[in-house]
Amino acid sequence: MGLVYALVAAGLSLIFGLMELVNFAHGEFLMLAMYVAFFAWSLARLDPVVSAPVAAVALGGVGWLTYHGLIRRVLGAPMLAQIFATFGLAVFLRNGAQFAFGVDFLTVKDPWLAGRVSVAGLFIGLPQVGASVAALAAFLALYLFLSRTETGLALTATAQDRQAASLMGIDTERMFALGWVIGGACVGVAGALLAMFFYIYPDVGGPFALLAYVTVALGGFGNVPGTLAAGVIVGLVEALAGLLIPPAFKYSVVFVLYLVVVLWRPQGLFGRF
Amino acid sequence: MRRVLAALLLSAVVLFPLVFTRPFPRHVMIMIFLYGALATAWNILAGYCGQISLGHAVYFGVGAYTSTLLVREIALTPWLGMLAGAVLAGLVSQVVGYPCFRLRGHYFAIATIGVGEIVQTSVLNWDLVGAARGLFVPIKRPDSLLNFQFHQSKFVYYYIALALLGLALGVTRWIERSRRGHYFRAIKEDQDAAASLGVPVAREKQAAMAVSAALTALGGTFWAQYVLFIDPESVFPLSLSILICLVAVLGGVGSLWGPLLGAAVLVPLSEGTRVLLGGTGKALDLVIYGALIMAIAVFQPAGLMGLVRQLGARRGIAASPGARRESAA
Repeated sequence: MGLVYALVAAGLSLIFGLMELVNFAHGEFLMLAMYVAFFAWSLARLDPVVSAPVAAVALGGVGWLTYHGLIRRVLGAPMLAQIFATFGLAVFLRNGAQFAFGVDFLTVKDPWLAGRVSVAGLFIGLPQVGASVAALAAFLALYLFLSRTETGLALTATAQDRQAASLMGIDTERMFALGWVIGGACVGVAGALLAMFFYIYPDVGGPFALLAYVTVALGGFGNVPGTLAAGVIVGLVEALAGLLIPPAFKYSVVFVLYLVVVLWRPQGLFGRF
Repeated sequence: MRRVLAALLLSAVVLFPLVFTRPFPRHVMIMIFLYGALATAWNILAGYCGQISLGHAVYFGVGAYTSTLLVREIALTPWLGMLAGAVLAGLVSQVVGYPCFRLRGHYFAIATIGVGEIVQTSVLNWDLVGAARGLFVPIKRPDSLLNFQFHQSKFVYYYIALALLGLALGVTRWIERSRRGHYFRAIKEDQDAAASLGVPVAREKQAAMAVSAALTALGGTFWAQYVLFIDPESVFPLSLSILICLVAVLGGVGSLWGPLLGAAVLVPLSEGTRVLLGGTGKALDLVIYGALIMAIAVFQPAGLMGLVRQLGARRGIAASPGARRESAA
């Protein structure tokens, strides 16, 4: 689970690093991705493993539209206006989904990956294993893209210093749009993977988005490898907390962990100010 | 001219329930006053001091739960419960503020979301306070001011809500003009510069938080006595925290009248769309609500107060010193 959290959070972190803006509609992006995976299955009989790239492209498109339709217009606005732009988008998407798809809990039936495997006496569901592997692969791809390709480096440069980057001839506007596309694609993959073993309904994004914010803040805003590490920590803490204390409190433990960490390191575990 | 207008408006508000005797218009006005008061309280911390809290539902819930528990357990009048709730919320806010104020900007906002979630989960699972079942306020008859319950009409609730709003606005006005208000604005503009000039930043932030939390808790008690039933889903949710600041942002943060203006626009709109389009299970009213929020953020990021000021400037009306200082900031 931690790896999927990390992938959800990576998109958020990337966007924040680029333009210091928290996308409060991130959970709703995840929800859309899960619906994409569901309809790919129900209409075209595509397994979520296959439809993950489709969801990535679709959500990349959503990210692009969001940037050009909404975010570009509030870039110079105060932080509160930016929060509300994305929050309004979240309300719009969530209730739009309810309007269009209804409130029923949907599931993808008979995915390719089913059953469970036993690792050293612990039973782990095969879909979860598959999702973790796929999330790790997507993460690796993202990391290589950011650190090995010219476009990726340009993106990183823009995140570090917008003005210097534009002086070096980087089109920062394009980089922002690209950041939203990639951020959307990350959450698209994560959503399709989650659709294998999670109910799909309009409000599904909420808890995941909350965990994603904590993951991002824990790893340090804008720090992609830090996000991966923080995602794994959050996943582990949540699973262990579920074993040791009543499961209802497991999210609280994650939040308490976050508060304790920021008391000690306000910029997150791996962050820079 | 302005004074005459203000006096007319005030008397219209005071006389409103004498003219409109049906419950719905009174309910809408009460909600405007309540959300206006909550947003005004939030505005003290966020608008003046620049600390954007997304966890104010915690204080609302503390206010609602404190007075209700006191009524249930020791039959204390909700008026004293209200006071106790405000004090308790102030104390809670100090505990929350201590770690959270080390953070800035988005980190602070997310930490307050985290606190809100922790509190909501805890109350949901805490049997002593009713857990997820919630609490009923014991019904007392006949209606009396002491019991803070009025079943015959919303008449008295109307004036209590109005008084609550007046209190929140009064406190804001008082802070705005005091030395403290200047400290708050200095912290908002540039925390480090303020600290270097000798503003006790941490202490002032905590003070803003305490006042804001206590006023929010008063609203919580009012809500409990108004609907006579509370549960964690209705008084502690993140959506309430966000709604409070949405109202303030819509009106314009950092100004005295902005939050009230936001409430006066948003509440009738949401009640209206709810009545017209809600109840179909299709959530169309909330779709429109979301689109509206985006439109405001894009076209009027300074809130409706910004619009009012632009109009005022165009007509050549001399702005009051307060308004001029705000628009210069």
